[in-house]
Amino acid sequence: MKCIIVDDEGSARAIIKELCNTIPEMEVVAEFPNALEALKFLKNNQVDLIFLDIHMPKLTGVDFVETVANPPKIVFTTSDTDFAIEAYGYDFILDYLVKPISAERFHKCAKKIHNLFQKENSNLEKEGTLDEEDHLYINIDRRLIKLKFHDIQLIEAQGDYIEIQTRDKRYRVHSTLKKIKEKLPDSKFLQIHRSYIINFSQIVDIQDNSVLIERNVIPISRSNRPELMQRLNLL
Amino acid sequence: MSEVPNLDYIKEISGGNEDFEKKFLNIIQTEFPKEKQEYITFLESDNLEESAKVVHKIKHKLGILGLTGGYKLAIQYEEDLKYGNTKLKDEFHEILESVEGFILKIA
Repeated sequence: MKCIIVDDEGSARAIIKELCNTIPEMEVVAEFPNALEALKFLKNNQVDLIFLDIHMPKLTGVDFVETVANPPKIVFTTSDTDFAIEAYGYDFILDYLVKPISAERFHKCAKKIHNLFQKENSNLEKEGTLDEEDHLYINIDRRLIKLKFHDIQLIEAQGDYIEIQTRDKRYRVHSTLKKIKEKLPDSKFLQIHRSYIINFSQIVDIQDNSVLIERNVIPISRSNRPELMQRLNLL
Repeated sequence: MSEVPNLDYIKEISGGNEDFEKKFLNIIQTEFPKEKQEYITFLESDNLEESAKVVHKIKHKLGILGLTGGYKLAIQYEEDLKYGNTKLKDEFHEILESVEGFILKIA
């Protein structure tokens, strides 16, 4: 579990880091004296958990939470004894620790985090096995987005990326047509060109050497044409 | 104040890790005098709102150094300052002196 610590007090950061060192699964990858530096770091790095001080100059912990895109799990740290975590209503805020943090309270928090991550992982696994033929997940900016197969219209190869087009959105993913082809059901998808895979059910019409999918004209390569024609329910 | 700063909390956190204890005390020795000065500057310029923010930080260090009573007083003083009330100033300053003396002793 990759963690970062954001606190303007060096003494607070040192304590949290030392406490994290007692939990084998926690790895402190960076620490920041203010929220702005943490925001910069998160633009290029992915973490699982942030220990975030609330009272910081310039940008407070609460401002940070409202600013950061796709926030990871957060544990607030505060010297306010009457802090009310419920007031924030964000499900990614897992806990709050009142400073100075006792080892006992920290371990209780770590156990809570461990259980939550375990539960989330097992839910993901369960979801994957229950209806694995319905959808796939793509990773966009540290978010796993679920795409139902029937929503996918076509997939286009673009160098080291593929672009997945659904009815209302396009997703650019670092992958290859070969890789995604393995995840797609053969019964629904067909590669009709070295750069295109189409959802068979989304074809509007076929003309000479192209297929119309919504408003996109997709070329059919000579080698893929026979298979396409074979699968058509032609009158 | 009859309370005396101590290292019990730091020893609890360190679990006997002397390197951490040393490093941690260095941080306290650097941070505390700066925060104390910052607090006094704000107080002298009658900027009580900002001085309350520094008391908030100092409060944490009082807790770290086992000053339970001092910690509670700082909670009240921080709130008072936000409302322009400085009546706990002298008591708070006594605590600051006690911490400063302790820091010098362990240096």
